[in-house]
Amino acid sequence: MILQARDIRKLYGEFCALDGVSVGVNAGEFVSIIGPNGAGKSTLINVLTGILEPTAGRVFFKGRDITGIGPVRLARLGMARSFQLVSIFPELTVLEVLQVAVVSRLRRGARLFASLARDREVAEQALEVAELFLLADKRTVPARQLPQGDKKLLDVASAFALQPEVILLDEPTSGVSTRDKTKVMEILVSASRRIGIKAIIQVEHDMDIVFGYSDRIIALHEGRVLADSTPGEIRANEDVVNMVIGRKGRKRSTC
Amino acid sequence: MKARIAVAAFALAVLAVPQLGRDYYSILMLSFFAYATVLLGLNLLFGYGGLLSFGHALFIGIGAYAAAVLTGKLGVLHMEAILLVAVAASVLVAAPVGALCVRYVKIYFGMLTLAFGMLFYSFLLKFYHLTGGDEGMRVLRPTLLGFDLSATPKVQFLIGPYYYYSAAVLAVAAFVMWRIVASPFGLCLKSIRENPTKAESLGISVNRYRWYAFVISAAYGGVGGALLGPTTGQVDPNLAYWTHSGNLVFMTLLGGFTHFFGPVLGAFVFIYLQDAVMSVVSYWRLVFGAILAVLVIFVPGGLVGLVTGRGVRPGIKAMRESPR
Repeated sequence: MILQARDIRKLYGEFCALDGVSVGVNAGEFVSIIGPNGAGKSTLINVLTGILEPTAGRVFFKGRDITGIGPVRLARLGMARSFQLVSIFPELTVLEVLQVAVVSRLRRGARLFASLARDREVAEQALEVAELFLLADKRTVPARQLPQGDKKLLDVASAFALQPEVILLDEPTSGVSTRDKTKVMEILVSASRRIGIKAIIQVEHDMDIVFGYSDRIIALHEGRVLADSTPGEIRANEDVVNMVIGRKGRKRSTC
Repeated sequence: MKARIAVAAFALAVLAVPQLGRDYYSILMLSFFAYATVLLGLNLLFGYGGLLSFGHALFIGIGAYAAAVLTGKLGVLHMEAILLVAVAASVLVAAPVGALCVRYVKIYFGMLTLAFGMLFYSFLLKFYHLTGGDEGMRVLRPTLLGFDLSATPKVQFLIGPYYYYSAAVLAVAAFVMWRIVASPFGLCLKSIRENPTKAESLGISVNRYRWYAFVISAAYGGVGGALLGPTTGQVDPNLAYWTHSGNLVFMTLLGGFTHFFGPVLGAFVFIYLQDAVMSVVSYWRLVFGAILAVLVIFVPGGLVGLVTGRGVRPGIKAMRESPR
Protein backbone atom coordinates (compact mmCIF):
# COMPACT_ATOMS: atom_id res chain seq x y z
CA MET A 1 0.00 0.00 0.00
CA ILE A 2 1.30 3.40 -0.95
CA LEU A 3 -0.73 5.28 1.66
CA GLN A 4 -2.09 3.79 4.83
CA ALA A 5 -3.82 5.17 7.91
CA ARG A 6 -4.03 2.90 10.95
CA ASP A 7 -6.53 3.26 13.78
CA ILE A 8 -6.89 7.02 13.46
CA ARG A 9 -8.68 8.73 16.31
CA LYS A 10 -9.18 12.46 16.29
CA LEU A 11 -10.85 14.31 19.13
CA TYR A 12 -11.86 17.96 19.05
CA GLY A 13 -12.36 18.50 22.76
CA GLU A 14 -15.17 16.10 23.63
CA PHE A 15 -16.22 15.57 20.04
CA CYS A 16 -14.84 12.49 18.34
CA ALA A 17 -14.40 13.30 14.63
CA LEU A 18 -12.62 10.06 13.73
CA ASP A 19 -13.00 6.93 15.80
CA GLY A 20 -10.57 4.19 14.87
CA VAL A 21 -10.43 4.73 11.12
CA SER A 22 -8.13 2.48 9.10
CA VAL A 23 -7.90 3.04 5.37
CA GLY A 24 -5.35 2.31 2.72
CA VAL A 25 -4.73 3.13 -0.90
CA ASN A 26 -2.79 1.00 -3.39
CA ALA A 27 -0.75 2.26 -6.29
CA GLY A 28 -2.91 2.52 -9.39
CA GLU A 29 -6.13 3.12 -7.49
CA PHE A 30 -8.71 5.87 -7.72
CA VAL A 31 -10.41 5.97 -4.33
CA SER A 32 -13.37 8.10 -3.32
CA ILE A 33 -14.30 8.99 0.23
CA ILE A 34 -18.01 9.62 0.72
CA GLY A 35 -20.15 10.37 3.73
CA PRO A 36 -22.73 12.81 5.03
CA ASN A 37 -21.96 16.12 6.64
CA GLY A 38 -19.91 15.63 9.82
CA ALA A 39 -18.81 12.10 8.91
CA GLY A 40 -15.16 13.09 9.28
CA LYS A 41 -14.12 13.32 5.62
CA SER A 42 -12.30 16.63 5.86
CA THR A 43 -10.64 15.62 9.12
CA LEU A 44 -9.45 12.41 7.48
CA ILE A 45 -8.03 14.32 4.50
CA ASN A 46 -6.26 16.73 6.84
CA VAL A 47 -4.81 13.86 8.86
CA LEU A 48 -3.70 12.05 5.68
CA THR A 49 -1.99 15.20 4.40
CA GLY A 50 -0.19 15.78 7.66
CA ILE A 51 -1.89 19.08 8.47
CA LEU A 52 -3.66 17.64 11.51
CA GLU A 53 -1.99 15.42 14.01
CA PRO A 54 -4.37 12.64 15.08
CA THR A 55 -5.06 12.02 18.77
CA ALA A 56 -4.06 8.41 18.19
CA GLY A 57 -3.02 6.27 15.24
CA ARG A 58 -0.36 6.60 12.56
CA VAL A 59 -0.24 7.43 8.87
CA PHE A 60 2.27 5.76 6.54
CA PHE A 61 3.26 6.92 3.07
CA LYS A 62 5.50 4.61 1.06
CA GLY A 63 6.20 2.74 4.29
CA ARG A 64 7.31 5.88 6.11
CA ASP A 65 5.57 7.30 9.15
CA ILE A 66 4.28 10.72 8.08
CA THR A 67 1.90 11.42 10.96
CA GLY A 68 1.61 15.16 11.43
CA ILE A 69 4.78 16.03 9.51
CA GLY A 70 3.10 18.99 7.85
CA PRO A 71 2.31 19.90 4.26
CA VAL A 72 5.75 21.15 3.22
CA ARG A 73 7.64 17.93 3.91
CA LEU A 74 4.77 15.87 2.59
CA ALA A 75 4.83 17.75 -0.71
CA ARG A 76 8.54 16.95 -0.97
CA LEU A 77 7.89 13.27 -0.29
CA GLY A 78 5.44 13.14 -3.17
CA MET A 79 1.96 13.83 -1.89
CA ALA A 80 -0.10 16.81 -2.99
CA ARG A 81 -3.59 18.07 -2.32
CA SER A 82 -6.18 20.50 -3.56
CA PHE A 83 -8.69 22.32 -1.42
CA GLN A 84 -12.46 22.21 -1.09
CA LEU A 85 -12.75 25.98 -1.30
CA VAL A 86 -10.76 27.38 -4.19
CA SER A 87 -7.25 28.13 -2.98
CA ILE A 88 -5.08 30.07 -5.39
CA PHE A 89 -2.85 33.13 -5.45
CA PRO A 90 -5.32 35.80 -6.63
CA GLU A 91 -2.84 38.45 -7.84
CA LEU A 92 -0.54 36.03 -9.66
CA THR A 93 -1.15 35.04 -13.25
CA VAL A 94 -2.18 31.50 -14.18
CA LEU A 95 1.35 30.72 -15.34
CA GLU A 96 2.89 32.20 -12.19
CA VAL A 97 0.66 30.09 -9.95
CA LEU A 98 1.88 26.97 -11.75
CA GLN A 99 5.46 28.24 -11.69
CA VAL A 100 5.31 28.43 -7.90
CA ALA A 101 4.65 24.68 -7.82
CA VAL A 102 7.35 23.90 -10.38
CA VAL A 103 9.90 26.10 -8.59
CA SER A 104 9.03 24.29 -5.36
CA ARG A 105 9.39 20.85 -6.93
CA LEU A 106 12.73 21.70 -8.52
CA ARG A 107 13.86 23.19 -5.17
CA ARG A 108 14.74 26.49 -6.77
CA GLY A 109 12.83 28.72 -4.37
CA ALA A 110 15.93 29.83 -2.49
CA ARG A 111 17.62 31.11 -5.65
CA LEU A 112 17.70 34.77 -4.73
CA PHE A 113 19.46 36.25 -7.72
CA ALA A 114 18.53 33.88 -10.54
CA SER A 115 16.19 35.24 -13.18
CA LEU A 116 12.85 33.47 -13.20
CA ALA A 117 12.07 34.89 -16.64
CA ARG A 118 15.18 33.17 -18.04
CA ASP A 119 14.48 29.82 -16.37
CA ARG A 120 13.15 27.95 -19.37
CA GLU A 121 12.76 24.67 -17.55
CA VAL A 122 10.35 26.21 -15.04
CA ALA A 123 8.42 28.09 -17.74
CA GLU A 124 8.10 25.05 -19.98
CA GLN A 125 6.95 22.72 -17.25
CA ALA A 126 4.41 25.24 -15.98
CA LEU A 127 3.10 25.74 -19.49
CA GLU A 128 2.85 21.98 -19.99
CA VAL A 129 0.58 21.69 -16.97
CA ALA A 130 -1.43 24.71 -18.14
CA GLU A 131 -1.96 22.92 -21.46
CA LEU A 132 -3.05 19.68 -19.77
CA PHE A 133 -5.68 21.63 -17.86
CA LEU A 134 -6.76 23.71 -20.87
CA LEU A 135 -5.57 26.90 -19.19
CA ALA A 136 -2.75 27.75 -21.60
CA ASP A 137 -4.78 30.44 -23.40
CA LYS A 138 -5.31 32.20 -20.10
CA ARG A 139 -1.75 31.96 -18.84
CA THR A 140 -1.26 35.72 -18.54
CA VAL A 141 -4.59 36.32 -16.81
CA PRO A 142 -4.46 37.08 -13.06
CA ALA A 143 -5.95 34.13 -11.20
CA ARG A 144 -8.59 36.30 -9.53
CA GLN A 145 -10.09 37.18 -12.93
CA LEU A 146 -10.74 33.56 -13.93
CA PRO A 147 -14.28 32.16 -13.93
CA GLN A 148 -15.05 29.98 -10.91
CA GLY A 149 -14.63 26.70 -12.79
CA ASP A 150 -11.19 27.70 -14.06
CA LYS A 151 -10.12 28.78 -10.58
CA LYS A 152 -10.97 25.29 -9.36
CA LEU A 153 -9.02 23.78 -12.24
CA LEU A 154 -6.05 26.01 -11.49
CA ASP A 155 -6.09 24.97 -7.83
CA VAL A 156 -6.01 21.31 -8.86
CA ALA A 157 -3.50 21.97 -11.67
CA SER A 158 -1.02 23.56 -9.27
CA ALA A 159 -1.13 20.42 -7.11
CA PHE A 160 -0.56 18.32 -10.25
CA ALA A 161 2.40 20.53 -11.18
CA LEU A 162 4.21 19.10 -8.16
CA GLN A 163 4.16 15.76 -10.03
CA PRO A 164 3.18 13.92 -6.87
CA GLU A 165 2.86 10.17 -6.58
CA VAL A 166 -0.38 10.48 -4.66
CA ILE A 167 -2.89 13.30 -4.90
CA LEU A 168 -5.78 14.08 -2.58
CA LEU A 169 -8.59 16.10 -4.06
CA ASP A 170 -11.07 17.69 -1.69
CA GLU A 171 -14.25 17.99 -3.74
CA PRO A 172 -12.61 18.64 -7.10
CA THR A 173 -15.90 19.48 -8.79
CA SER A 174 -17.58 21.56 -6.09
CA GLY A 175 -18.59 24.92 -7.45
CA VAL A 176 -18.34 23.61 -11.01
CA SER A 177 -21.55 23.59 -13.05
CA THR A 178 -23.12 20.16 -13.54
CA ARG A 179 -22.45 20.47 -17.27
CA ASP A 180 -18.70 20.94 -16.70
CA LYS A 181 -18.18 18.31 -14.01
CA THR A 182 -17.47 15.47 -16.42
CA LYS A 183 -15.13 17.70 -18.38
CA VAL A 184 -13.18 18.51 -15.20
CA MET A 185 -12.94 14.83 -14.27
CA GLU A 186 -11.80 13.84 -17.77
CA ILE A 187 -9.07 16.49 -17.62
CA LEU A 188 -8.05 15.25 -14.18
CA VAL A 189 -7.81 11.63 -15.14
CA SER A 190 -5.92 12.21 -18.38
CA ALA A 191 -3.54 14.67 -16.66
CA SER A 192 -2.79 12.19 -13.90
CA ARG A 193 -1.91 9.58 -16.52
CA ARG A 194 0.36 11.98 -18.34
CA ILE A 195 2.08 13.10 -15.17
CA GLY A 196 2.37 9.56 -13.82
CA ILE A 197 0.39 9.96 -10.63
CA LYS A 198 0.09 6.60 -8.94
CA ALA A 199 -3.03 7.08 -6.85
CA ILE A 200 -5.89 9.58 -6.55
CA ILE A 201 -7.99 9.99 -3.44
CA GLN A 202 -10.97 12.28 -3.62
CA VAL A 203 -13.73 13.47 -1.38
CA GLU A 204 -16.80 13.94 -3.53
CA HIS A 205 -20.54 14.38 -3.15
CA ASP A 206 -21.67 13.90 -6.70
CA MET A 207 -22.51 10.19 -6.84
CA ASP A 208 -22.34 10.10 -10.65
CA ILE A 209 -18.73 11.20 -10.39
CA VAL A 210 -18.01 8.85 -7.48
CA PHE A 211 -19.42 5.76 -9.17
CA GLY A 212 -18.20 6.76 -12.61
CA TYR A 213 -14.53 7.05 -11.74
CA SER A 214 -13.70 5.15 -8.56
CA ASP A 215 -11.97 1.80 -8.29
CA ARG A 216 -12.91 1.73 -4.64
CA ILE A 217 -15.21 3.72 -2.37
CA ILE A 218 -14.79 4.35 1.33
CA ALA A 219 -18.00 5.38 3.10
CA LEU A 220 -17.60 7.22 6.40
CA HIS A 221 -20.34 7.69 8.93
CA GLU A 222 -20.02 9.38 12.30
CA GLY A 223 -16.26 9.02 12.35
CA ARG A 224 -16.14 5.35 11.42
CA VAL A 225 -15.65 3.40 8.21
CA LEU A 226 -19.10 2.17 7.27
CA ALA A 227 -17.93 0.36 4.15
CA ASP A 228 -14.79 0.06 2.05
CA SER A 229 -15.41 -1.71 -1.18
CA THR A 230 -15.85 -1.66 -4.96
CA PRO A 231 -18.57 0.58 -6.46
CA GLY A 232 -20.69 -2.45 -7.23
CA GLU A 233 -20.64 -3.73 -3.67
CA ILE A 234 -21.17 -0.26 -2.25
CA ARG A 235 -24.28 0.14 -4.36
CA ALA A 236 -25.58 -3.14 -2.97
CA ASN A 237 -24.81 -2.21 0.64
CA GLU A 238 -28.09 -1.33 2.36
CA ASP A 239 -26.48 0.68 5.15
CA VAL A 240 -24.49 2.86 2.79
CA VAL A 241 -27.44 3.45 0.53
CA ASN A 242 -29.63 4.42 3.47
CA MET A 243 -27.18 6.55 5.38
CA VAL A 244 -24.91 8.06 2.75
CA ILE A 245 -26.12 7.84 -0.81
CA GLY A 246 -29.86 8.06 -0.40
CA ARG A 247 -32.51 5.83 -1.94
CA LYS A 248 -32.30 7.06 -5.49
CA GLY A 249 -28.57 6.65 -5.55
CA ARG A 250 -28.16 10.14 -6.90
CA LYS A 251 -29.31 12.34 -4.13
CA ARG A 252 -26.56 14.64 -2.96
CA SER A 253 -25.90 14.99 0.70
CA THR A 254 -26.20 18.41 2.19
CA CYS A 255 -22.63 19.31 3.04
CA MET B 1 8.80 50.50 -21.10
CA LYS B 2 7.27 53.66 -19.67
CA ALA B 3 8.57 52.70 -16.26
CA ARG B 4 12.07 52.28 -17.64
CA ILE B 5 12.00 55.70 -19.27
CA ALA B 6 10.73 57.24 -16.04
CA VAL B 7 13.49 55.56 -14.02
CA ALA B 8 16.19 56.58 -16.52
CA ALA B 9 14.92 60.18 -16.55
CA PHE B 10 14.86 60.21 -12.76
CA ALA B 11 18.41 58.83 -12.57
CA LEU B 12 19.67 61.54 -14.94
CA ALA B 13 17.88 64.22 -12.93
CA VAL B 14 19.46 62.86 -9.74
CA LEU B 15 22.92 63.15 -11.28
CA ALA B 16 22.18 66.72 -12.36
CA VAL B 17 20.88 68.02 -9.02
CA PRO B 18 24.27 69.09 -7.56
CA GLN B 19 24.92 71.12 -10.72
CA LEU B 20 21.88 73.31 -10.07
CA GLY B 21 23.74 75.20 -7.39
CA ARG B 22 21.06 74.78 -4.72
CA ASP B 23 23.25 73.09 -2.14
CA TYR B 24 20.49 72.73 0.39
CA TYR B 25 18.37 70.62 -1.93
CA SER B 26 21.36 68.55 -2.90
CA ILE B 27 21.98 67.72 0.76
CA LEU B 28 18.34 66.73 1.17
CA MET B 29 18.94 64.25 -1.63
CA LEU B 30 21.40 62.44 0.64
CA SER B 31 18.55 61.62 2.99
CA PHE B 32 16.58 60.45 0.01
CA PHE B 33 19.33 58.02 -1.07
CA ALA B 34 19.48 56.60 2.43
CA TYR B 35 15.72 56.26 2.95
CA ALA B 36 15.12 54.92 -0.55
CA THR B 37 17.61 52.14 0.20
CA VAL B 38 15.86 51.34 3.48
CA LEU B 39 12.46 51.31 1.80
CA LEU B 40 13.54 48.99 -1.00
CA GLY B 41 14.28 46.50 1.76
CA LEU B 42 11.19 47.25 3.80
CA ASN B 43 9.02 46.73 0.75
CA LEU B 44 10.46 43.29 0.06
CA LEU B 45 8.95 42.38 3.39
CA PHE B 46 5.72 44.37 3.04
CA GLY B 47 4.86 44.77 -0.66
CA TYR B 48 6.16 41.36 -1.70
CA GLY B 49 5.97 39.36 1.52
CA GLY B 50 2.83 40.89 3.07
CA LEU B 51 4.47 41.59 6.45
CA LEU B 52 4.41 45.17 7.73
CA SER B 53 7.26 45.97 10.11
CA PHE B 54 6.75 48.80 12.58
CA GLY B 55 10.27 48.53 13.91
CA HIS B 56 12.49 48.89 10.91
CA ALA B 57 14.17 52.00 12.26
CA LEU B 58 16.00 49.48 14.45
CA PHE B 59 18.19 48.61 11.48
CA ILE B 60 18.68 52.23 10.47
CA GLY B 61 19.94 52.70 14.02
CA ILE B 62 22.29 49.76 13.73
CA GLY B 63 23.73 51.04 10.44
CA ALA B 64 24.13 54.61 11.69
CA TYR B 65 25.72 53.56 14.98
CA ALA B 66 28.01 51.20 13.08
CA ALA B 67 29.27 54.25 11.19
CA ALA B 68 29.71 56.17 14.45
CA VAL B 69 31.50 53.40 16.31
CA LEU B 70 33.81 52.56 13.41
CA THR B 71 34.79 56.13 12.58
CA GLY B 72 34.65 57.66 16.06
CA LYS B 73 35.86 54.87 18.32
CA LEU B 74 37.76 52.38 16.22
CA GLY B 75 39.36 54.76 13.74
CA VAL B 76 38.08 52.82 10.72
CA LEU B 77 37.24 55.45 8.12
CA HIS B 78 36.67 53.37 4.98
CA MET B 79 33.05 53.84 3.90
CA GLU B 80 33.13 50.41 2.27
CA ALA B 81 34.08 48.84 5.59
CA ILE B 82 31.31 50.80 7.32
CA LEU B 83 28.74 49.52 4.83
CA LEU B 84 29.96 45.95 5.24
CA VAL B 85 29.87 46.13 9.03
CA ALA B 86 26.42 47.75 8.90
CA VAL B 87 25.15 44.87 6.79
CA ALA B 88 26.83 42.25 9.00
CA ALA B 89 25.53 43.79 12.24
CA SER B 90 22.00 44.14 10.85
CA VAL B 91 21.99 40.55 9.64
CA LEU B 92 23.34 39.34 12.96
CA VAL B 93 20.54 41.07 14.85
CA ALA B 94 17.86 40.30 12.26
CA ALA B 95 18.57 36.58 12.17
CA PRO B 96 17.26 35.75 15.67
CA VAL B 97 14.75 38.64 15.80
CA GLY B 98 13.36 37.67 12.41
CA ALA B 99 13.20 33.98 13.30
CA LEU B 100 10.88 34.91 16.14
CA CYS B 101 8.84 37.60 14.36
CA VAL B 102 8.03 35.67 11.17
CA ARG B 103 6.10 33.10 13.18
CA TYR B 104 3.45 35.79 13.47
CA VAL B 105 1.56 37.81 10.90
CA LYS B 106 -0.41 41.03 10.60
CA ILE B 107 -0.70 43.12 13.76
CA TYR B 108 1.19 40.58 15.87
CA PHE B 109 4.15 40.73 13.54
CA GLY B 110 3.94 44.53 13.52
CA MET B 111 3.80 44.76 17.30
CA LEU B 112 6.70 42.35 17.78
CA THR B 113 8.91 44.33 15.40
CA LEU B 114 7.84 47.49 17.21
CA ALA B 115 8.83 45.92 20.52
CA PHE B 116 12.30 44.97 19.28
CA GLY B 117 12.72 48.44 17.83
CA MET B 118 11.90 50.02 21.19
CA LEU B 119 14.19 47.58 22.96
CA PHE B 120 17.07 48.76 20.83
CA TYR B 121 16.05 52.40 21.32
CA SER B 122 16.18 51.90 25.10
CA PHE B 123 19.57 50.23 24.79
CA LEU B 124 20.94 53.21 22.85
CA LEU B 125 19.46 55.60 25.39
CA LYS B 126 20.47 53.85 28.59
CA PHE B 127 23.88 52.33 27.88
CA TYR B 128 25.47 55.72 28.02
CA HIS B 129 29.09 54.56 28.11
CA LEU B 130 28.73 52.53 24.96
CA THR B 131 26.35 54.70 22.97
CA GLY B 132 26.60 58.21 24.35
CA GLY B 133 22.99 58.04 25.60
CA ASP B 134 20.66 60.76 24.35
CA GLU B 135 23.57 62.85 23.16
CA GLY B 136 24.46 60.17 20.68
CA MET B 137 27.79 59.86 18.93
CA ARG B 138 29.70 61.71 16.29
CA VAL B 139 30.31 60.24 12.87
CA LEU B 140 33.65 61.30 11.41
CA ARG B 141 34.04 61.88 7.73
CA PRO B 142 34.75 58.57 6.01
CA THR B 143 37.11 57.94 3.15
CA LEU B 144 35.41 56.97 -0.11
CA LEU B 145 37.01 54.16 -2.14
CA GLY B 146 40.21 54.85 -0.21
CA PHE B 147 40.28 58.60 -1.04
CA ASP B 148 40.87 60.81 1.97
CA LEU B 149 38.63 63.84 1.52
CA SER B 150 39.15 65.44 4.90
CA ALA B 151 40.59 68.59 3.31
CA THR B 152 37.40 69.22 1.33
CA PRO B 153 34.94 71.69 2.94
CA LYS B 154 31.95 69.86 4.47
CA VAL B 155 29.28 71.03 2.04
CA GLN B 156 31.54 70.39 -0.94
CA PHE B 157 32.18 66.87 0.38
CA LEU B 158 28.49 66.17 0.86
CA ILE B 159 27.21 67.51 -2.47
CA GLY B 160 30.26 66.27 -4.34
CA PRO B 161 31.87 62.89 -3.77
CA TYR B 162 29.51 61.73 -1.03
CA TYR B 163 26.47 62.62 -3.11
CA TYR B 164 27.54 60.44 -6.02
CA TYR B 165 28.77 57.72 -3.71
CA SER B 166 25.37 57.52 -2.00
CA ALA B 167 23.59 57.60 -5.35
CA ALA B 168 25.76 54.72 -6.53
CA VAL B 169 24.99 52.72 -3.38
CA LEU B 170 21.26 53.24 -3.97
CA ALA B 171 21.63 52.25 -7.62
CA VAL B 172 23.41 49.03 -6.69
CA ALA B 173 20.90 48.32 -3.91
CA ALA B 174 18.02 48.87 -6.35
CA PHE B 175 19.61 46.63 -8.96
CA VAL B 176 20.16 43.81 -6.48
CA MET B 177 16.60 44.14 -5.17
CA TRP B 178 15.29 44.14 -8.73
CA ARG B 179 17.03 40.82 -9.25
CA ILE B 180 15.66 39.44 -5.99
CA VAL B 181 12.02 40.24 -6.73
CA ALA B 182 12.35 38.79 -10.25
CA SER B 183 13.89 35.56 -8.96
CA PRO B 184 12.17 32.28 -8.13
CA PHE B 185 12.46 33.40 -4.50
CA GLY B 186 10.56 36.62 -5.33
CA LEU B 187 7.73 34.59 -6.86
CA CYS B 188 7.56 32.28 -3.85
CA LEU B 189 7.45 35.29 -1.54
CA LYS B 190 4.52 36.74 -3.48
CA SER B 191 2.71 33.42 -3.32
CA ILE B 192 3.14 33.46 0.48
CA ARG B 193 1.68 36.98 0.63
CA GLU B 194 -1.29 35.86 -1.44
CA ASN B 195 -2.10 32.60 0.34
CA PRO B 196 0.29 31.04 2.85
CA THR B 197 -1.79 27.88 3.33
CA LYS B 198 -1.76 27.16 -0.37
CA ALA B 199 1.94 28.00 -0.63
CA GLU B 200 2.67 25.48 2.11
CA SER B 201 0.63 22.81 0.39
CA LEU B 202 2.84 23.36 -2.65
CA GLY B 203 5.91 22.64 -0.55
CA ILE B 204 7.00 26.25 0.12
CA SER B 205 8.50 26.68 3.60
CA VAL B 206 6.55 29.81 4.47
CA ASN B 207 8.43 30.84 7.61
CA ARG B 208 11.82 30.19 6.13
CA TYR B 209 11.14 32.43 3.12
CA ARG B 210 9.66 35.12 5.32
CA TRP B 211 12.81 34.92 7.41
CA TYR B 212 15.01 35.37 4.33
CA ALA B 213 12.96 38.44 3.39
CA PHE B 214 13.26 39.81 6.92
CA VAL B 215 17.03 39.41 7.01
CA ILE B 216 17.48 40.92 3.55
CA SER B 217 15.29 43.88 4.43
CA ALA B 218 17.30 44.37 7.63
CA ALA B 219 20.53 44.47 5.61
CA TYR B 220 18.99 47.21 3.47
CA GLY B 221 18.03 49.07 6.63
CA GLY B 222 21.63 48.82 7.83
CA VAL B 223 23.00 50.18 4.55
CA GLY B 224 20.53 53.09 4.63
CA GLY B 225 21.46 53.86 8.23
CA ALA B 226 25.16 53.80 7.40
CA LEU B 227 24.54 56.27 4.55
CA LEU B 228 22.65 58.61 6.90
CA GLY B 229 25.47 58.76 9.46
CA PRO B 230 28.05 60.83 7.55
CA THR B 231 25.28 63.09 6.19
CA THR B 232 24.43 64.49 9.60
CA GLY B 233 27.78 63.73 11.21
CA GLN B 234 25.87 62.78 14.34
CA VAL B 235 23.72 59.84 15.39
CA ASP B 236 21.30 59.67 18.32
CA PRO B 237 18.73 57.17 19.69
CA ASN B 238 15.85 58.89 17.87
CA LEU B 239 17.04 57.15 14.71
CA ALA B 240 15.69 53.92 16.22
CA TYR B 241 12.57 55.48 17.76
CA TRP B 242 9.20 54.08 16.72
CA THR B 243 8.05 57.33 15.08
CA HIS B 244 10.97 56.93 12.72
CA SER B 245 9.68 53.47 11.83
CA GLY B 246 6.28 55.11 11.36
CA ASN B 247 7.80 57.52 8.87
CA LEU B 248 9.09 54.57 6.87
CA VAL B 249 5.60 53.08 6.70
CA PHE B 250 4.23 56.50 5.71
CA MET B 251 6.77 56.80 2.88
CA THR B 252 5.85 53.34 1.64
CA LEU B 253 2.13 54.11 1.60
CA LEU B 254 2.75 57.53 0.06
CA GLY B 255 4.66 56.09 -2.87
CA GLY B 256 2.65 52.88 -3.17
CA PHE B 257 3.75 49.45 -2.03
CA THR B 258 2.41 47.54 -5.02
CA HIS B 259 5.08 48.89 -7.34
CA PHE B 260 8.80 48.22 -7.12
CA PHE B 261 9.69 51.92 -7.26
CA GLY B 262 6.68 53.12 -5.27
CA PRO B 263 8.50 53.38 -1.92
CA VAL B 264 11.45 55.10 -3.61
CA LEU B 265 9.10 57.77 -4.95
CA GLY B 266 7.48 57.89 -1.51
CA ALA B 267 10.82 58.62 0.14
CA PHE B 268 11.53 61.40 -2.35
CA VAL B 269 8.17 63.12 -1.98
CA PHE B 270 8.16 62.69 1.81
CA ILE B 271 11.55 64.30 2.30
CA TYR B 272 10.90 67.34 0.11
CA LEU B 273 7.30 67.73 1.27
CA GLN B 274 8.37 67.56 4.90
CA ASP B 275 10.97 70.22 4.24
CA ALA B 276 8.49 72.46 2.42
CA VAL B 277 5.78 72.10 5.06
CA MET B 278 8.22 72.60 7.94
CA SER B 279 9.45 75.82 6.42
CA VAL B 280 5.90 77.19 6.38
CA VAL B 281 4.33 75.82 9.57
CA SER B 282 5.84 74.31 12.67
CA TYR B 283 3.17 71.66 13.16
CA TRP B 284 4.08 69.62 10.11
CA ARG B 285 2.87 66.39 11.72
CA LEU B 286 -0.68 67.72 11.65
CA VAL B 287 -0.43 68.29 7.91
CA PHE B 288 1.16 64.91 7.36
CA GLY B 289 -1.50 63.20 9.45
CA ALA B 290 -4.16 64.66 7.18
CA ILE B 291 -2.23 63.56 4.10
CA LEU B 292 -1.96 60.04 5.50
CA ALA B 293 -5.70 59.89 6.13
CA VAL B 294 -6.45 61.03 2.58
CA LEU B 295 -3.98 58.49 1.22
CA VAL B 296 -5.44 55.53 3.06
CA ILE B 297 -9.02 56.42 2.15
CA PHE B 298 -8.72 57.69 -1.41
CA VAL B 299 -5.35 56.64 -2.82
CA PRO B 300 -4.51 53.22 -1.38
CA GLY B 301 -2.21 52.52 -4.31
CA GLY B 302 -0.08 55.55 -3.44
CA LEU B 303 1.35 58.03 -5.93
CA VAL B 304 2.50 55.27 -8.26
CA GLY B 305 -1.03 53.87 -8.17
CA LEU B 306 -2.34 57.25 -9.26
CA VAL B 307 0.05 57.37 -12.20
CA THR B 308 -0.42 53.78 -13.37
CA GLY B 309 -4.16 53.72 -12.72
CA ARG B 310 -3.81 50.65 -10.56
CA GLY B 311 -4.74 52.48 -7.40
CA VAL B 312 -7.58 50.32 -6.24
CA ARG B 313 -6.68 46.83 -7.27
CA PRO B 314 -8.78 44.22 -5.48
CA GLY B 315 -5.66 43.00 -3.70
CA ILE B 316 -5.25 46.34 -2.02
CA LYS B 317 -8.95 46.48 -1.35
CA ALA B 318 -8.75 43.18 0.49
CA MET B 319 -5.82 44.38 2.59
CA ARG B 320 -7.41 47.71 3.34
CA GLU B 321 -11.07 47.13 3.99
CA SER B 322 -12.62 45.03 6.68
CA PRO B 323 -14.61 42.09 5.37
CA ARG B 324 -18.34 42.58 5.44
